[in-house]
Amino acid sequence: MEILVCVKRVPTVGGKIAVTPDGQEVDTRMSGFSISPHEECAVEEAVQITEQVGGSVSVLTLGPEAAIEQLRGALALGAGRAVLLETDGREFGPIATASAIAAEVRSHGYDLVLLGNEAADTGDYQVGVRLAHELGWPVATGIKNLSVAADGVVARREYRGVEEAYELPLPAVITVKEGINLPRYPSLPGRLRAKRAAVERSSPAWAAEGLRKEALRVPASSKHQATVLGNGADAVPELVRVLDELGIL
Amino acid sequence: MTVLCLTELDGADPADASLRALTLGRSLGDPSLAAVVFADSATVPASALADYGVTDVYVIEPSALEGYAPQAWARVLAGLAAETGATAVLAAGTDRGNEVLAHLGAITGLPMAANCTLVTPDGGRTHRLVRHRWAGLLLEDAVMEAPIALFTVATDAVSSVSAALPARGATPGPPEMPAAIQVHVHKPELAEADLVVRAVESPAGAGGASLATARVVVGGGRGVGGADGFAPLEELADLLGGVVGVSRVVTSEGWRPHKQQVGQTGTKITPELYLACGISGAIQHIAGCAGAKHIIAINTDPGAPILAHADYAIIGDLHQVIPALVEALRAR
Repeated sequence: MEILVCVKRVPTVGGKIAVTPDGQEVDTRMSGFSISPHEECAVEEAVQITEQVGGSVSVLTLGPEAAIEQLRGALALGAGRAVLLETDGREFGPIATASAIAAEVRSHGYDLVLLGNEAADTGDYQVGVRLAHELGWPVATGIKNLSVAADGVVARREYRGVEEAYELPLPAVITVKEGINLPRYPSLPGRLRAKRAAVERSSPAWAAEGLRKEALRVPASSKHQATVLGNGADAVPELVRVLDELGIL
Repeated sequence: MTVLCLTELDGADPADASLRALTLGRSLGDPSLAAVVFADSATVPASALADYGVTDVYVIEPSALEGYAPQAWARVLAGLAAETGATAVLAAGTDRGNEVLAHLGAITGLPMAANCTLVTPDGGRTHRLVRHRWAGLLLEDAVMEAPIALFTVATDAVSSVSAALPARGATPGPPEMPAAIQVHVHKPELAEADLVVRAVESPAGAGGASLATARVVVGGGRGVGGADGFAPLEELADLLGGVVGVSRVVTSEGWRPHKQQVGQTGTKITPELYLACGISGAIQHIAGCAGAKHIIAINTDPGAPILAHADYAIIGDLHQVIPALVEALRAR
């Protein structure tokens, strides 16, 4: 099976998130970059499928040249081919992103395209669906369990305590969520191979979209530093009093 | 001039997330607010919807479309939007709401803004909006230019307010009595291609769903120390009528199943109390628990980031504090 996995380079946020003074971006002076947990799982899922049924995994990202770092990360986990859709630093909206990916899918011929359910940063929740419509393929989103069947795939998720199973003929688009698997750590040979691998490049056109970002901001928080009730088990009577006062007991 | 709102049901009642979406939909100020419900018309909670200012209900019965088929649901919304001359189509920012509105965006070629907290008409085809990025850790101020505004409403940021009270953000005026509600049975025309992807439903194991709606969540993080350290947390959660949730490190270590994860890539919780035990408070975890009404942290580190998000804290080892708390609660 020929599988394409789409990943996105985003800042790694640890204990804090801040915005640049012009309000246009996340401040990344103190942070590294990674792909979202959903996408780590998408890479792992693709590698597991090809381990079972054969085929190969390609990994794609739309982003700046620096996003090659994230492509190499996926190569180290078992992807065999890497594609960079290089941007000029402008943020592509979901419509332009989907059509740039669709062009790569059409030119290569895949059976399955995997994406994360939503990008960690923009949270648009729609690139996979728009991609499927561009290609005329079926799509299932938010998937937590995927199995390959004789004539397609069966994709499962939970919703309001009910399991939903979707049968999709191939080719298809699937967006996955963390929890579908436990991603492996990259092996040393994998990392060495990733370091040497070639990256195919193209530069899709940016286009304006009907939804325009004006500014990002950190929401005003009603919380402040916690009131310390005490230390260790000695603080338990005070904790019980607070639980009572909050109406929990 | 109509605003259409995909309305999900929770048993016999409108889902809480959909009531929040209807509240935001009402604030747009169009004379007609129409709920679109996929259910048997006999089970449509018309009076509950009228309380939220709904003037019309379009019901798509199982005889016309059985079960959940996201692209077909979007096709129905597209048809109704054209028929009613809708200015906006919205849904709750649930898995289904975001998915159906994404399909609607693709079908119509229009932009779709996910997880909005505020939407304001700004004349003609323009809406100004505020939406979540980074799962709500950041807010984006944005402008949407489109003949029909398509958006979903963040499930944990907009309160549901019945029409007897002015919606948050709306100009306070005299309370309006809900007008008579019109129920229309709608029979859509669907193509075979819209029905290819369709859910087959079966009961799921317990866990994930109750975490999202639990009144009390006892959270465990790296400080729990291992897979065998969760028994006291389970016991405490039972005593408080709650459930156990965990941080991302706990699920990536394989100590607990992913369905118990609270966070940006896990479940977003909205309990009365979140008791965060041995959790440092990485921002990806905060994205999942910021909707809690009260947060109490138990942590050995007085400098842990979780303390900046908590109302109260105990500085100490959860392995001593939790058993003592369980004992104290049992003694009551």
